[in-house]
Amino acid sequence: MSEKKVKRREFIFTATYAVGAVGVGATIWPLIDQMNPDASVKALASTEVDISNVEKGQSITVLWRGKPVFIRRRTEEEIAKARDVNLDELKHPEKDEDRAKDPEWLVMLGVCTHLGCVPLGDKGEYDGWFCPCHGSHYDTSGRIRKGPAPTNMEVPKYEFVNSNIIKIG
Amino acid sequence: MSDHEYTPSSKFGKWFNDRLPLLTLGKHLTDYPTPKNLNYWWTFGGILTFCLITQIVTGLILAMHYVAHADLAFGSVEHIMRNVNYGWLIRYVHANGASMFFLAVYIHIFRSLYYGSYKSPREIIWILGMIIYILMMAAAFMGYVLPWGQMSFWGATVITNLFSAIPLVGESIVTWLWGGYSVDNPTLTRFFSLHYLIPFLILGLVVLHIWALHVPGNNNPIGIDLKKPSKDTVPFHPYIVIKDLFALLIFLIVFAFFVFYSPNILGHADNYIEANPMVTPAHIVPEWYLLPFYAILRSVPDKLLGVIAMFGALFILVILPWLDTSKTRSAIFRPLYKQFYWFLVADVLILGYVGAMPAEGIYLLVARVATAYYFAHFLIILPILSRKEKVLDVPLSITEPVLGGAVSASAVRQKKDKL
Repeated sequence: MSEKKVKRREFIFTATYAVGAVGVGATIWPLIDQMNPDASVKALASTEVDISNVEKGQSITVLWRGKPVFIRRRTEEEIAKARDVNLDELKHPEKDEDRAKDPEWLVMLGVCTHLGCVPLGDKGEYDGWFCPCHGSHYDTSGRIRKGPAPTNMEVPKYEFVNSNIIKIG
Repeated sequence: MSDHEYTPSSKFGKWFNDRLPLLTLGKHLTDYPTPKNLNYWWTFGGILTFCLITQIVTGLILAMHYVAHADLAFGSVEHIMRNVNYGWLIRYVHANGASMFFLAVYIHIFRSLYYGSYKSPREIIWILGMIIYILMMAAAFMGYVLPWGQMSFWGATVITNLFSAIPLVGESIVTWLWGGYSVDNPTLTRFFSLHYLIPFLILGLVVLHIWALHVPGNNNPIGIDLKKPSKDTVPFHPYIVIKDLFALLIFLIVFAFFVFYSPNILGHADNYIEANPMVTPAHIVPEWYLLPFYAILRSVPDKLLGVIAMFGALFILVILPWLDTSKTRSAIFRPLYKQFYWFLVADVLILGYVGAMPAEGIYLLVARVATAYYFAHFLIILPILSRKEKVLDVPLSITEPVLGGAVSASAVRQKKDKL
């Protein structure tokens, strides 16, 4: 009889802790989630860019979601350089064909994958980009070749609306 | 200690004290027996309390004029500098006050390292101090973001990106910290909120730090346990109070020199350019007090390992009481430790220097050697010294070697035998 009572009490304790834990979790979640991107930030999800004025060998930088996006119209030489690379030499192997849908246009986030600085164009040992903060070198496809950055510069989702307009996001 | 025996002289005082023993606390603080051989390195606790109060008071005032918004913050800081009555003074005191705070805290920490103040029975005081130090760095970092200059923006970008090194959840954590996809207005407003909060957390921890100190009492330059109260101690008031005040006065001369004669020397000119998410300044450097850790971060070629090394350099200090297990506290009686202590001081200064330089060539090499030595000091040298070092004789009390004219314990014991 007494044994049965103890078991019942233990059950009630455990059930109380469990319900209490769920309640505390459900209360804390809104306090934490409020810090995630809000509706107005998410609403700025895409941006359209006019590229008709960009000549070969030129790049433009546009702001998308608060981050710079590099849009570069590459020269034949740059494309050839990016495509000639042996993938085994790369820290983060990616084919240039997979990064640039249209080989002439390279679109990528202008954000160093190390700690988020904006790399400088037409610089570095691989004639691509060079990050002044901690010395990462990127090639003409925006792939990491040397330095502390772990991955290639990210290619965002984008599409050609027509031959003059790129929609990013 | 005779706290509980204390009775206020006035009738009202007694009535009040029976209900809330504040007067007993006051009596405890004034009578608190303090080692009589404390030198000026012990005055930095008081100086740090002064720094904290200064930052809270000036910060409170700045918050009355500052606007935490990405479009308005930079302008509002200039408004404080040009339009607000004495705004320039209050802002320069707050900005340089942060540097002075760190200067004092580094002296305070290295004093503790030299005299073994982190050792038993004072481990909790030490750990509380380390938590305060980490919170200070968080507060300083967020405060530096608020003027929304170029260094503010890119410093915030680099430091928050450290968390992206965490496997799997790193990116989500960074997005959560930012409240967006880059450092922007939501980041600024939350940093302002937290920058306002942290000093009060520090204040609470300072109370605990001092409470924990008052349990065993102060360590002292010869690092021995004292009988309290005894011939070896003096009451806190007026002896230590007046000494602390004198040291504070000297400290304030240095403080005032920076505020009035070179208020921007510790900052970066780039921070007088408004934040621009499209352009990174050519050379990003954190404030001087974070440079050694920055050097450690950059010395490791791998992103995740670099971040781990940087946080490890801090954490290793927290567990120091269990790495250095030598029973002798003061470096005065530890001839080898004393040398390695100065090597560590030099090592940290070197790390600070290379942290300010570009991460390439000789600087990178020096940073790597200095980083390795930093960890070796705590993980290899200290544990070995704790076991192998031959320590000198430690006096039995502060008074005896002075009166007996001999420093070593054996000499004192001989003297005793003669008497």
